[in-house]
Amino acid sequence: MNWTAVATIYRAEMARFWRTFLQSFISPVLSTSLYFVVFGSAIGSRIQEVDGVEYGAFIVPGLVMLSVITQSISNASFGIFFPKFIGNIYEILSAPINFLEVVAGFVGAAATKSLFIGTVILCTASLFVDLAVQHPLAMVAFLVLTCLSFSLMGFIIGIWARNFEQLQLVPLLVVTPLVFLGGSFYSISMLPPFWQTITHFNPVVYLVSGFRWAFFGQADVPVLLSLCAIGGFTLACMGVIWWIFKTGWRIRA
Amino acid sequence: MAAILSIHELRKTYEGGFQALKGVSLDIEEGEILALLGPNGAGKTTLISTICGITNGTSGSVSVGGFDNVTHFRRARALIGLVPQEITLEPFTGVLDTVTFSRGLFGKPANPALVEEILRKLSLWEKRDSRIMDLSGGMKRRVLIAKALAHEPRILFLDEPTAGVDVELRKDMWEIVQELKADGVTIILTTHYIEEAEAIADRVGVIANGELLLVEEKDQLMARMGQKQLEVQLSAPVSAIPESLAQHSLQLVNDGKALLYSYDTRAERTGITTLLNDVAQAGLVLADVQTRESSLEDIFVGLVSGEKLRTESVSGDAA
Ligand SMILES: Nc1ncnc2c1ncn2[C@@H]1O[C@H](COP(=O)(O)OP(=O)(O)OP(=O)(O)O)[C@@H](O)[C@H]1O
Ligand SMILES: [Mg+2]
Repeated sequence: MNWTAVATIYRAEMARFWRTFLQSFISPVLSTSLYFVVFGSAIGSRIQEVDGVEYGAFIVPGLVMLSVITQSISNASFGIFFPKFIGNIYEILSAPINFLEVVAGFVGAAATKSLFIGTVILCTASLFVDLAVQHPLAMVAFLVLTCLSFSLMGFIIGIWARNFEQLQLVPLLVVTPLVFLGGSFYSISMLPPFWQTITHFNPVVYLVSGFRWAFFGQADVPVLLSLCAIGGFTLACMGVIWWIFKTGWRIRA
Repeated sequence: MAAILSIHELRKTYEGGFQALKGVSLDIEEGEILALLGPNGAGKTTLISTICGITNGTSGSVSVGGFDNVTHFRRARALIGLVPQEITLEPFTGVLDTVTFSRGLFGKPANPALVEEILRKLSLWEKRDSRIMDLSGGMKRRVLIAKALAHEPRILFLDEPTAGVDVELRKDMWEIVQELKADGVTIILTTHYIEEAEAIADRVGVIANGELLLVEEKDQLMARMGQKQLEVQLSAPVSAIPESLAQHSLQLVNDGKALLYSYDTRAERTGITTLLNDVAQAGLVLADVQTRESSLEDIFVGLVSGEKLRTESVSGDAA
């Protein structure tokens, strides 16, 4: 591994983040606060406890997941799309580095950013509700894995996209619905049986469920299944990226 | 000298099916400056991109310093620096940052002294903290060069380094290229300016339609390019060239209405003065004189269509 190159890409990507630090910091804090005002206080006060957890607290894991997933995808896809768009990707392509090093630099930085944002949201949330984390290690593991796997997915989208519209398309048409229907704001058991079955095809359900288990010790699906799902998703993304660099699809063709 | 870069039967077909390289073979020797000339769309950039790993070749092979550019891409690419044709720089980064980035990307340990030396040589040191977007076009081009030099390459590709660059900067650029050559760097540059190839290249390659049409020592090519013709138009046609003009090796053209004289612009004497004197002595009356020269364009056209040199009227006054 050419670690100097990995560190160089990582630092350059993080530099972009720090340049826009205020935006990166303020927008998740603001939107989370709004969610809490609307869902936690205004509506939440009229909703009974879900699975024995106060509704305001119940939505926290889902809310963090929602932000972390969208942030990971947008950071990583933009991170690789931007040099492709400007043309300075020539430097990455002509450098003596392999695809693992490119991915480690770009995806590592994107995942770090969304991890940072996820943490900020958790802290903001703890200002509104009492949060007790029953399995802290599992919580960190789920958070980190989610950041990583969706940054990998974002990286793929960034390479696939030929223009800015396409860059927005997948997050808008696929990811947002999946995340909203992934049990962020409700328990799967609250759905009619038919929709419960459908929901099990939504990968986000496994993430939110596992993450929520780390907080409250209750899950919609077995925790092990959640871990397998996210692990499998990460591997699948890595496989696609490996193929992209092997064939040069959309970058070296 | 040994070939530092060896290209063998390189072909490239783009996604849409367009064949941009049709079997290019070329050996480049260590320490030489090779100028690649060719019309727009000839495949110059494609050739460079394929060597550097920016696009995948469809077939054929490239060996850089003895390392295959696909199977041993790390060793091969480490030797190469690339200055792209288009100005492709992230607008929001600083000059020093982006040059330092390039060095790190090639896995080299930080070396601020070297980066400073490069920036000074390219007159960019004063601008080291400026953002790319605040630089002039010529400065941006020099930043691209600084980036390519940051990892101390043994082979430098310059894809039209002087396109849209003013005369002074062009001369600077030539000087930099000569200095790099003195340091033993092998340089391959593309250009549309024959004077540029003339000023700095050791060898010249001509590429058109994805084929390498010729690679020749510059001096030989220049001798061919330096041919000029003088057409002496007569007020009254003659049936034959007068005896007294035999020594000038003239051609009678245009139904005897004009004399055609070929000469070498590089020669010490073109012989034009003597010729014109002798023409007057022979009692011929001049209607007009015209010079024609073979241009690079003619060489391209000639090569592509398989013809020999063709000439084209360029200028009027000759004396
Ligand atoms: N990404 C691409 N996809 C399809 N065709 C391409 C692509 N890039 C270049 N081409 C085509 O390949 C041919 C060679 O292009 P190339 O850029 O190598 O020419 P060039 O010799 O560098 O020209 P110029 O002097 O204008 O820079 C052109 O016909 C061009 O349209
Ligand atoms: Mg070109």
